[in-house]
Amino acid sequence: MGYLPNILFAIVLIFGVGYFARNVKKLIRNIKLGQDVDVSDNKPQRWKNMAMIALGQSKMVRRPVAGVLHVIVYVGFIIINIEVLEIIIDGLFGTHRIGLKVLPVSLYGFLIGAFEILACLVFISVTIFWIRRNIIKLARFWKSEMTSWPKNDGNFILYFEMVLMTLFLVMNATDVHFQAMNSGNIVSQYLVALFNGVSETSLYVIERSAWWLHIIGILIFLNYLYFSKHLHILLAFPNTYYGSLKPKGQFNNLEAVTNEVKMMMDPNVDPFAAPAEGVEEEVPAKFGASDVQDLNWVQLLNSYTCTECGRCTSECPANQTGKKLSPRKIMMDTRDRLEEVGKNIDANKGVFKEDGKQLLDNYISREELWACTSCNACVEACPVSIDPLSIILEMRRYLVMEQSAAPSELNNMMTNIENNGAPWPYNQMDRLNWKNE
Amino acid sequence: MSELLKVPTMAEFMAQGKQPEVLFWVGCAGSFDDRAKKITKAFVKLLNKAQVEFAVLGTEESCTGDPAKRSGNEFLFQMQAVTNIEVLNAYEVKKIVTACPHCFNTIKNEYPGLGGNYEVMHHTQFLKTLLDEGRLSIEGGQFKGKRITFHDPCYLGRANNVYEAPRELIQKLEAELVEMKNCRRNGLCCGAGGAQMFKEPEKGDKDVNVERTEQALNVKPEIIAAGCPFCNTMMTDGVKAKEKESDVAVMDIAELIANAQDL
Repeated sequence: MGYLPNILFAIVLIFGVGYFARNVKKLIRNIKLGQDVDVSDNKPQRWKNMAMIALGQSKMVRRPVAGVLHVIVYVGFIIINIEVLEIIIDGLFGTHRIGLKVLPVSLYGFLIGAFEILACLVFISVTIFWIRRNIIKLARFWKSEMTSWPKNDGNFILYFEMVLMTLFLVMNATDVHFQAMNSGNIVSQYLVALFNGVSETSLYVIERSAWWLHIIGILIFLNYLYFSKHLHILLAFPNTYYGSLKPKGQFNNLEAVTNEVKMMMDPNVDPFAAPAEGVEEEVPAKFGASDVQDLNWVQLLNSYTCTECGRCTSECPANQTGKKLSPRKIMMDTRDRLEEVGKNIDANKGVFKEDGKQLLDNYISREELWACTSCNACVEACPVSIDPLSIILEMRRYLVMEQSAAPSELNNMMTNIENNGAPWPYNQMDRLNWKNE
Repeated sequence: MSELLKVPTMAEFMAQGKQPEVLFWVGCAGSFDDRAKKITKAFVKLLNKAQVEFAVLGTEESCTGDPAKRSGNEFLFQMQAVTNIEVLNAYEVKKIVTACPHCFNTIKNEYPGLGGNYEVMHHTQFLKTLLDEGRLSIEGGQFKGKRITFHDPCYLGRANNVYEAPRELIQKLEAELVEMKNCRRNGLCCGAGGAQMFKEPEKGDKDVNVERTEQALNVKPEIIAAGCPFCNTMMTDGVKAKEKESDVAVMDIAELIANAQDL
């Protein structure tokens, strides 16, 4: 009987971590549905970006209020999770506060004291976040794409954090031995008064309950990540590593197009020649992207990383002037469609079964795509190096090169370039006329 | 005035067996748009004044393909790019200056992958170099003490991190440089990029250029300085929409410097 809690704990732990691992595998599988892209260059710069942007939060603090609060929650979470290590050891081996046995009391007290202060700060920060979302109603949290699940998701995460921090402090406050030690109970000592008159047995029950709920809560939260925008706490790291290192104005040149253009321009090429023996002609399935599998895997990683903060959308000139385009929605749509494709594959024994839907039109409308000015404000604004513009461009490529479905004025512009080398109907021979005007 | 402009072509240089110091890529707007042609001429006057041996491609120049690429027409873009690169490489061009940030971005970033490798400068960077080398002097003249705000072109600023050269030139005019709420990397687009210049905007409740012009007017400038022919058009239209054209002028940096010296 004595080992029952230990066994129970082990089962909960294995189930909690196991289910999460299963979903991580699914996540990786889905991301790999994207096209291959070479991101093996300039590793030192990539590590540096990850250290500065994800670890160092350098882009978060560009908006100081949200930035500083976020740093508190981020640092708090990482550091308080050291405590989880103790909880796991205690749970598995039936010890109580194993830290006290291996560390000097003063050091243990210092650590727990730091955790308590951080827990308190995290609680306050998260409360301010909640007020910004629900009382002040910051515009970016109330855009049209932020209804139903995305809106609730944002609040659920905040409630989770509030509850977890409270449980941690209550656990310490009701631990009679810990309080008697009077080292590290910097915050929890003030909560002790709340439990005045509670019998020692009841205190023990409360302490055990808080302990169990805290660790179970953490495991539930861990598993909640996969279903939530909160995945960014993990994916921000690979995402900033794989983020673009090129100048923002540089759009990739499609290699398949280069080959065809070179052939067209080369007078020595026989267009009717049969391909050389053994040489596979590489013809891409399609130009541009109409669905998630046409995007590259970094773009798909981007979509899972997005935490829907809406900085991109709030900086977008099209969105600011009432157009339908929202870069955040581009990322959310990409992720939602990718999830749908993933579930389709799960349901059909590992093979995607045509479902009559695609990212274009079923999720992202043409009106949104054509509203973009390619100004890169969204890319600049993203605190974790997401690039919504590259997805917009790939989808425009599909519309123009596969469907000839550009707005008619753009078709006129392109015809002009084809015919006279300028977007307007002027003769190339008149290009130097300004000199004598 | 115009008879004073010296605008040699690459073909003429070639015929004399000479290489110019730099190729001036005029661009479609700079060649054909009435407003932008004034910018082109102002820049040429400065080049002449500084005795820069430059050349243009003239009738051998063609659209860089930028608006086609950003519309999604990669074929047309690459056809334009490869054709232009053939011409540029045939003339063994090493250094290019342009007054259009779109041409600047495309030639600098997207041509190398297609075989076109050149040192590319925006005209504000080039003018700054002339100034630093003592080949050009800038006086405040009529702009001394004037309130000037600079609108960052997306394809110069965010796209290529060039923020300081245009500002340093404005300060050399002894003008009072005032910054808009959104400037440098947070600069708001004028609404023309991504081929929007060539189409009607999508449905919304405001035009982007009006929004940006309002931001500019908020800092009460006498002049809105631009560094892009498309921004120039959009901001000029915005000022007209706000009926402020008698109080506020929209001018390119090259025009400011040329006018300051009564060129």
